[in-house]
Amino acid sequence: MKLDAKIPSGPIQDKWDTRRFDLKLVNPANKRKYKVLVVGSGLAGASAAASLAELGYQVECFCFQDSPRRAHSIAAQGGINAAKNYRNDGDSVWRLFYDTVKGGDFRAREANVYRLAQLSVNIIDQAVAQGVPFAREYGGLLDNRSFGGAQVSRTFYARGQTGQQLLLGAYASLSRQIGLGAVKMFPRTEMLDVVLVDGHAKGIVVRDLVTGEVRSHAGDAVVLATGGYGNVFYLSTNAKGCNVTATWRAHKRGAGFANPCYTQIHPTCIPVSGDHQSKLTLMSESLRNDGRVWVPKAAGDKRQPSEIPDDERDYYLERKYPSFGNLAPRDIASRAAMQVCDEGRGIGETGLGVFLDFRDSIKRLGKDAIAARYGNLFHMYAKITAEDPYSRPMRIFPAVHYTMGGLWVDYDLQSTIPGLFVLGEANFSDHGANRLGASALMQGLADGYFVIPYTVGGYLAGQKAGSVGSDRPEFASTVAGVQEMTRKLLSIQGKRTVDDFHKALGKIMWGKCGMARNEAGLQQALQEIPVLREEFWRDVRVLGSNESLNQSLEKAGRVADFLEFGELMCRDALERRESCGGHFREEWQDEGEARRDDENFCHAAVWEYQGEGKAPVRHEEPLAFENVHLAVRSYK
Amino acid sequence: MNWLIDFWRSSIGGKVIMAITGLLLFGFVVAHLLGNLQLLSGPDKINAYAKMLHDLGPLLWVMRIGLLVVFVLHVATGIRLARANKAARPVAYAKEATIQASFASRSMVLSGLSLLVFVVYHLLHFTLGVTNPGHSALKAAGAGGHDVYAMVTASFSVPAIAIAYMAFQAVLFLHLSHGVQSLAQTLGLNHRRYSPMVRTLAYLLAAAIAGGNAFLPFAVLSGIVKVAS
Amino acid sequence: MKVTLHIWRQSRQSTKGDFAQDGRMVRYELDHVSADMSFLEMLDVLNEQLIHKGEEPVAFDHDCREGICGSCGVVIDGVPHGPERGTTTCQLHMRSFKDGAEIWVEPWRAAAFPVVRDLVVDRSSFDRVVQKGAFISVGTGAPQDANAIPVPKHDADRAFDAATCIGCGACVAACKNASAMLFVGAKVSHFMHLPQGRVEREQRARDLVAAMDREGFGNCTNQYECEAACPKEIPVRVIAEMNREFVRAKAVEEPASDKGTGGHG
Repeated sequence: MKLDAKIPSGPIQDKWDTRRFDLKLVNPANKRKYKVLVVGSGLAGASAAASLAELGYQVECFCFQDSPRRAHSIAAQGGINAAKNYRNDGDSVWRLFYDTVKGGDFRAREANVYRLAQLSVNIIDQAVAQGVPFAREYGGLLDNRSFGGAQVSRTFYARGQTGQQLLLGAYASLSRQIGLGAVKMFPRTEMLDVVLVDGHAKGIVVRDLVTGEVRSHAGDAVVLATGGYGNVFYLSTNAKGCNVTATWRAHKRGAGFANPCYTQIHPTCIPVSGDHQSKLTLMSESLRNDGRVWVPKAAGDKRQPSEIPDDERDYYLERKYPSFGNLAPRDIASRAAMQVCDEGRGIGETGLGVFLDFRDSIKRLGKDAIAARYGNLFHMYAKITAEDPYSRPMRIFPAVHYTMGGLWVDYDLQSTIPGLFVLGEANFSDHGANRLGASALMQGLADGYFVIPYTVGGYLAGQKAGSVGSDRPEFASTVAGVQEMTRKLLSIQGKRTVDDFHKALGKIMWGKCGMARNEAGLQQALQEIPVLREEFWRDVRVLGSNESLNQSLEKAGRVADFLEFGELMCRDALERRESCGGHFREEWQDEGEARRDDENFCHAAVWEYQGEGKAPVRHEEPLAFENVHLAVRSYK
Repeated sequence: MNWLIDFWRSSIGGKVIMAITGLLLFGFVVAHLLGNLQLLSGPDKINAYAKMLHDLGPLLWVMRIGLLVVFVLHVATGIRLARANKAARPVAYAKEATIQASFASRSMVLSGLSLLVFVVYHLLHFTLGVTNPGHSALKAAGAGGHDVYAMVTASFSVPAIAIAYMAFQAVLFLHLSHGVQSLAQTLGLNHRRYSPMVRTLAYLLAAAIAGGNAFLPFAVLSGIVKVAS
Repeated sequence: MKVTLHIWRQSRQSTKGDFAQDGRMVRYELDHVSADMSFLEMLDVLNEQLIHKGEEPVAFDHDCREGICGSCGVVIDGVPHGPERGTTTCQLHMRSFKDGAEIWVEPWRAAAFPVVRDLVVDRSSFDRVVQKGAFISVGTGAPQDANAIPVPKHDADRAFDAATCIGCGACVAACKNASAMLFVGAKVSHFMHLPQGRVEREQRARDLVAAMDREGFGNCTNQYECEAACPKEIPVRVIAEMNREFVRAKAVEEPASDKGTGGHG
């Protein structure tokens, strides 16, 4: 596997300009002859599909939800970063770049991150032009808030629904193109394989989730914007439908998978309430602007929070990280929470929780001001827990939230399969080992609106339009493979349900490849997962038929892929013998702080699939830090 | 004319037609009540009023035809919308529930159709003299053919007729109480401060009209207004 | 706690002529329900039991399970999203029900939302309406600086109130007439309060209402069931605003010109 990142030469601030100039263009009259298949309709997918259609390409867009508007980007709460420096507080493209590289614990590719910071500015302009109702001040101008891992206010937000509003903006653009006939939309359609012709991605195989029909679509390029794989843990803040299937099956066709072990555990989620729990709910990180995180100083202190006086409380983030305090980055805040719980100071019945307290802010700003900022989040918290966060501190606990790893892409967002582009959370490029808050929306939209329209063009310019039709034998054989897997799932008729297997996998992953990992645990997981997978293929029970909506069957396919992917994740975690960002190896720490090994691991690990039952091969893309110098990441 | 038919056919256009015709009909009902209340001032007053209307001649016919057009439009549009609404839910809920819709709003079609029946009866009774020919004969017998007082008092002294008229006023109340506030919303008037006032006003106006109308048969029946000798 | 469920089971898709197909209410008993479960988690438990018994699980739409994606939604005891105001089905918890409760669970019922299976309906009619004009016609490119268009906070807030719509369809399900006025009104209201959106306001109002009417939704009779059922509590003010916009747009509409509108040199 050749890993050429194709980073343009020259100073970092000129790289994107250079690249855009070097990319070949497709004549406007010829654009309509090319067809681009976009899988996924979240921020990255919808913005890409709309932008490509606006340029004149034929676009087909696919999503498994009943409408493109429901992609999980919609659930992002807090905000989106942009180096606008509207606050005059010293922000700049360079500072956003620096913060993101540092926040990612020096495991991201500098050139990509710099481009992301540059484009952040355009995103806000684009969104406002679309009518995205960002929060405003009385003067009519845009408001900003601060977010974890940054010392400037650069986060634009729309109450606690920023992801929703940005996605609806992208969805509106996409809808406009659908209405104009430039995009053909296929909702309730799941991608189950990529079709390769002469080594290039020239089509996909999908299953119509309503009729069960498996069919192929041919195109000149394929764009995957299918999100992250957090649901490998079963419990996560991801939507129930989020899955690794599209990227995993592309991986099995030859796309390198980079850094699968990089997962983000978000510090502020509502703790688990029981075995029935089907997913975890995030409380936006923005709450840490006004909420103070604490646990009792004494282990086993089960008094009501209001009965614990201030000098018996441990505001541990403020204590340990005085300059960032409650706004310490996510990986650090999560680990700190886990530590205090390990010390027996966790709160609530399970002891797995810490307080997020608004008492002081309410005293300082008044209840109304807090309600105006976080009303909907407080409302949601009260709904789920039946507790009033205005009068009683919230209980929070870390939960899986985002996955920084993903399919490896070069500077053009092209994977190791030519013609297969990967955007947003599905790729690995911009966040290194830890993503800062309010950066996911930024990346998804930068990729979709402002990167892919150029780079796909550059690829297509070298391809003959419509050269491959679905009559090529590769299509029929790929379809047959997918049909065979469906048939197999339905024929097992075992005893255990799909969810049962998924929960079992989640338990292994969370226990041994979760917030803290060690050699022994990972080795054990690598023993357990294949056993579970084998049992799945022997004993899973999927009822119903292929010919109508069958949600068990959909889930079964996804869980089957998680059972393979989980193993790769553990393998990656095992091989990365250092701690960095969201990847914390207990063997490499300085009193709870991650210890990186830049000597041996300053690279992206890229896995190449070798076939069933064969160990994958690990490749390395070395990371060079020429502009932000490698340093111990400190938020003290 | 196509654009006008298009407008009528659109959902909002249909609603706006309902609102405007409803507003006109409401105006008519108000005027009708104010005219009829002169019954309380004795035969001379109301009979003179009747003569005045009658003497309008062609103008009266213009008004009548206008009223008829408005009325027909209101009824026809209402039926069109109601049918479309029914078609929009082909399978009913096994368990029906209502969160906040008022009884009046839920019975608009029924109250409207009841009022249609009532109006037909009312016209047959007083205007055309079909149901109780004796009553309209009294009117014709008056000076200049306008003894409305005698006709009305004779009619309402029949308990069955008086009670029927009063009962229909309850229906009218129901219809107007929702109709008046509804037309404000349809015509785009919705304001956090004024909308609650409009709602209260709608109830008050509906009660005033229905109450005023019902008072006439009640007054005759109870002897407050004397039957013409 | 223990509950008795009556759930609509329908194995075949609705067609124009036969909407209900083989659909019927089926009774299920469910024990050991925790008050902390969400309504959908309760259905998960039921489904696990059904699969173990060899019966096909109940199909229902859901995804984010945090009240924002708009996927979920069933009619519970006649009320879309159930008894709690401002709450989606996924955020409804079993503590809202009494032990021993009998609960009726049905799909959204509207001609414009054919049933796909059990509790799953096809809401693509909403998407088709949006495609006809619920957007600002701006392509990806380099628009002016975001702060070049100040928007009074009051207007921005009004736009936001409408923009919070999650497109779940509860308004249609709640409406006695299966009307989509709250949904479409929210789109009109969102854009009419923003300076960027006012440029094409007339065209938008006309196109959206026409698209809505084509889909076979009912008409608004101002009963406000939609507002009461809306999980995002979008006010019926947006309907009044749409009425106003539509009438105005119709009034100023000019007959199509045969001169064409092209301006290419």
